[in-house]
Amino acid sequence: MAGTNTMTKDPILKVDHLSMRFGGLMAINDLSFEAYRGDITALIGPNGAGKTTVFNCITGFYKPTMGMITMRQKAGKEYLLERMSDFEVNRDAKVARTFQNIRLFSGLTVLENLLVAQHNKLMLASGYTVLGLLGFPAYKRAAAQSIEQAKYWLEKANLIDRADDPAGDLPYGAQRRLEIARAMCTGPEFLCLDEPAAGLNPRESLALNELLRSIRKDTGTSILLIEHDMSVVMEISDHVVVLEYGQKISDGNPDHVKNDPKVIAAYLGVEDDEVEEVIEQIEVIAVTAPGDTPK
Amino acid sequence: MANITNTPESAGSNLMARALREAFYAGLVALGLFVLFVGLKTDQNILNELVLVQRWGLLAVFVAIAAVGRFLSVAFIRPYLAERKASKASAGVKEPGFVTRNFSMIAVAILLVYPPIMVAIFGFQGSLKWVDNFGIQILIYVMLAWGLNIVVGLAGLLDLGYVAFYAVGAYSYALLSSYFGLSFWVLLPMAGIFAALWGMILGFPVLRLKGDYLAIVTLAFGEIIRLVLINWTAVTKGTFGISGIAKASVFGIWSFDVSSPNNFAKVFGLPMSSAYYKIFLFYLILALCLLTAFVTIRLRRMPIGRAWEALREDEIACRSLGINTVTTKLTAFATGAMFGGFAGSFFAVRQGFVSPESFVFLESAIILAIVVLGGMGSLIGIAVAATLMIGGTELLREMEFLKHIFGPDFTPELYRMLIFGLAMIIVMVWKPRGFVGSREPTAFLRERKSVSGSFTKEGHG
Repeated sequence: MAGTNTMTKDPILKVDHLSMRFGGLMAINDLSFEAYRGDITALIGPNGAGKTTVFNCITGFYKPTMGMITMRQKAGKEYLLERMSDFEVNRDAKVARTFQNIRLFSGLTVLENLLVAQHNKLMLASGYTVLGLLGFPAYKRAAAQSIEQAKYWLEKANLIDRADDPAGDLPYGAQRRLEIARAMCTGPEFLCLDEPAAGLNPRESLALNELLRSIRKDTGTSILLIEHDMSVVMEISDHVVVLEYGQKISDGNPDHVKNDPKVIAAYLGVEDDEVEEVIEQIEVIAVTAPGDTPK
Repeated sequence: MANITNTPESAGSNLMARALREAFYAGLVALGLFVLFVGLKTDQNILNELVLVQRWGLLAVFVAIAAVGRFLSVAFIRPYLAERKASKASAGVKEPGFVTRNFSMIAVAILLVYPPIMVAIFGFQGSLKWVDNFGIQILIYVMLAWGLNIVVGLAGLLDLGYVAFYAVGAYSYALLSSYFGLSFWVLLPMAGIFAALWGMILGFPVLRLKGDYLAIVTLAFGEIIRLVLINWTAVTKGTFGISGIAKASVFGIWSFDVSSPNNFAKVFGLPMSSAYYKIFLFYLILALCLLTAFVTIRLRRMPIGRAWEALREDEIACRSLGINTVTTKLTAFATGAMFGGFAGSFFAVRQGFVSPESFVFLESAIILAIVVLGGMGSLIGIAVAATLMIGGTELLREMEFLKHIFGPDFTPELYRMLIFGLAMIIVMVWKPRGFVGSREPTAFLRERKSVSGSFTKEGHG
């Protein structure tokens, strides 16, 4: 699944020299990487590597200590995300996100969750509530259209049968899909998913892969995802960035990253001076069993 | 108990035996507990000597209550509850009846014909009490609670100083009408706008606060407004209050001032009575309540209303979806405060007198209690709670017959707060989510299913 558009790489998100310090802890240290338009980019790394911190910096929930995050929309408009507050990142820069610990509006129905996501569009159509309150037809049309939009994503996420149930009543896997559908209802150009496959069984993981692929294919939305499930990462991503201790240790297509000794060392946990040794071992393995991935 | 294959009859006699036994034990425990507390009493006689008064009769009453209560509970109440639970579980969900389905329509219809019926039963003078003390009083609280419901029930922002906006509305009308002579119909919307403005002023500093911290600051805000009203004597006349506030007119066409030429009673050639004004006020507050309900219902289906509820559920998720939580919170505060302001100006017009006494913290607490008891977010539940709470406490004033039981010194209205508190505890234990704990969805694809209270959150700020 290597990137198909290797030659014409057009960065949608550019992270430059990003650093984030919490007191004495350097959670991210001078991180630079790019995510390309139309790609599924994966951000991986051991626990505590700073992946979610990167996400929170990109989506405006944290203000980075240093660095620049540039989002370039399809129309060519550029946004400096580190200067924007969290809701503007979604509203203006069109970057949507999901959360590691699912954050649904559990007391609202599934359909309502998707309608809340279309807030800004509907707010405008309702003339900031005033015209809508007076019952203007423009708002009624917009409301009907927003339900159609919600229906589209419900069908995609295979949740149409549960549309009128409270979101908190859904099983775990469905809640994950609903969160992705809700993020898509904001009409993003760039979708950030924080561990979308966490807690899913293999069958649900496969369905998730399908959903992500179809999102990219049908809407052209670029995706950045944090994931621990390597079956998801290696299967669907075009580009993988590996973090350890807040620094980038590898960057490239999945095959490249898979065989990067530094990555293997990071995941298996070896001393710095043993890295050379590991590289030799890998070369031996690569000779004896080509195609077999060391894990 | 050795016989395992119990027939129903033997089970019944077993139950009775058990009930008798437990009643005996309960009586014994009560005797042990109360023999020194109740059975004996130390007293001083006329020679200032300490004497022991024996009260065996009273002790017997205590023991009998414990024993009989235990017997009834074990023998009848518990089996009945268990049976009901079992039948409920097997019967499943039953179709709601005609009254349940059209509850709000029926309630509005009853309210519309309420004053004429009261007049028909009690005459003009007799109807005053029922229209004013019960009807208007309850409806004011319904309106206040519906206004607070927007802030607490929908947006999930705990506001303990809501009475401040009520005060702002009342004083806006009282001051502007006595200083500038403006009419009620000009000042009603103005009072709402002023209160909304103050809602925003309160909203700004508390935007970053959540939960308990938010509650404390709103409480302080309510007290600040009251203290300003007390101490700014040059304008508000302090604790003395503002009296002689002008009455409202029927859209400026008919007045209720006795001296004016277009007095309502004179124009229609009716005998003079203050009841017309009260009946007019009743319909006025009813209209204001219906306006509040209409706007709330409408707003819930608007993006802003959904954003309020989403804010209650999860603020961070709201922000991740591009919702500006600052303006969302401010509009919630302002909208809630606006209805408080309307109610306040109505209050001033009805009393003809305002003083800071009417806007103490207890009022905020009562309004909040009504919202919580009714079920946060539910208009019908809140209206029922207001009727029970305010109507119930008013009704206690009517319990003259209790004097025959407890003696002429007994004043039932002094027990209002005690009973109010007790009723609240009972309701909260019986229905932790209030009378109507479930939530009606604002949109649906196939069928409207109400959301159980176990999924909705109370909000954290």
